Amino acid sequence: MTPSLARPRINRLFRFQWEPAQQAHVLLYPEGMVKLNQSAGEILKRCDGSTSVAEIVADLESAFNASNLAADVDAFLIMADAQNWITWSET
Amino acid sequence: MNAPLLIPQRPGPLWLLAEVTYRCPLHCAFCYNPVDFTQAGPELSTDDWLKVIRQARELGAAQFGISGGEPLLRDDIEILVAEARQLGFYTNLITSGVGLTEARLAALKAAGLDHIQLSFQDATREANDLITNTRTFDLKRKVAAMTKAAGYPTVINCVLHRSNIDHLDRIIEMAVEIGAEYLELANTQYHGWAFLNRQSLMPTEAQLAEAEAVTERWRQRLGKTMRILFVTPDYQSKKPKKCMNGWGEVFLSVTPDGLALPCHTARMLPGLEFPDVREHDIDWIWHESPLFNRFRGTAWLPETCQSCDEKDNDHGGCRCQAFMLTGDAGATDPVCPKSPDHALIEAALADAERSADVKPLVFRDPKNSKALGRAF
Repeated sequence: MTPSLARPRINRLFRFQWEPAQQAHVLLYPEGMVKLNQSAGEILKRCDGSTSVAEIVADLESAFNASNLAADVDAFLIMADAQNWITWSET
Repeated sequence: MNAPLLIPQRPGPLWLLAEVTYRCPLHCAFCYNPVDFTQAGPELSTDDWLKVIRQARELGAAQFGISGGEPLLRDDIEILVAEARQLGFYTNLITSGVGLTEARLAALKAAGLDHIQLSFQDATREANDLITNTRTFDLKRKVAAMTKAAGYPTVINCVLHRSNIDHLDRIIEMAVEIGAEYLELANTQYHGWAFLNRQSLMPTEAQLAEAEAVTERWRQRLGKTMRILFVTPDYQSKKPKKCMNGWGEVFLSVTPDGLALPCHTARMLPGLEFPDVREHDIDWIWHESPLFNRFRGTAWLPETCQSCDEKDNDHGGCRCQAFMLTGDAGATDPVCPKSPDHALIEAALADAERSADVKPLVFRDPKNSKALGRAF
């Protein structure tokens, strides 16, 4: 579990952007690129270092008219952390 | 009326590598540039490069690399980086560090440069200066500190060969001291000058096994703090690589004199016409040119590969390697044990096990280039 008040941000080693040619969000890094699926893109879009995990979940649930997304977001963030895509802002 | 035919659209390139010059202050004996680089035509202008950058981005390319030779010998790379970055490219400068002053670094940073890959040749002054045939070691350490201070992730590339591979422990330690986030340990690929010097550069099997063990120990110790990429040498791995992730699939390189290539070294291949970026646009070059279609996919593969389960994974290996070793660019890469020419690789490996009679290195410089006058 990620602490719900923790605030993830994109690791400075990566650049997150929308790629028109791919019709997808991507993470660019030295000499490489990760193409993200829609939900990964929507989560990472909200990882700005000031929004908490709980707020990200609430925002996604409202934007996509969905509920119970906490577990999915959590699983993704744990994976993203293991991949070094994100870091965490303190407090 | 018939419905319009749905032709699946081939994706454009993801990588644009601009080799902006063959000039280089270093004289590394393992360089993959063509031996006869002094015979290349005049370098592209700034406007030519800007046009290439825009056209490649339109096709969807997302990674832009500036390399050479030593790209810092051109005074316009800040302009190229600014344009590429502004268009959404992730911009990589691949440099020896020679010529990277505080002022240029500040200008590149202002232009939006994302990343600098700095090459090191060894961990000690003596060994670095020997293989490059220059005195550049202290300067490289200084440049690494400078780029770090400017907030860049530190990405170090070190080419491994017979004379530095035994220093790997010290090389990795040095990368840690510098605070590198990525370390790429690239075993020499034998193209260009490296092919010419193959016998003097190839490590023994024991040296290579030790290097892999050293790398693994450091990986365990460092975890996520520094990623180490160990690129295995084709000859020893006995597995052909899907060269450039497939001919004409993701990678587009442009030579200093404007030839578009599907890999760094394809200009050595005979009987092919290399499209000039001043005469053709990148869209045509990528999708239509005979060169980019010549070895695309797997339909062209020889029988040895056609009947093999691995053909979709390796596409028959490296075209340049096949040509350099067999004289036929369309042959199965001799690195593959199934290749009818695999004995050529076995002979080269056996040669590397003999410690005596290692030939002196031929350094990459204009004088040797003119005297030799051949591609590899």
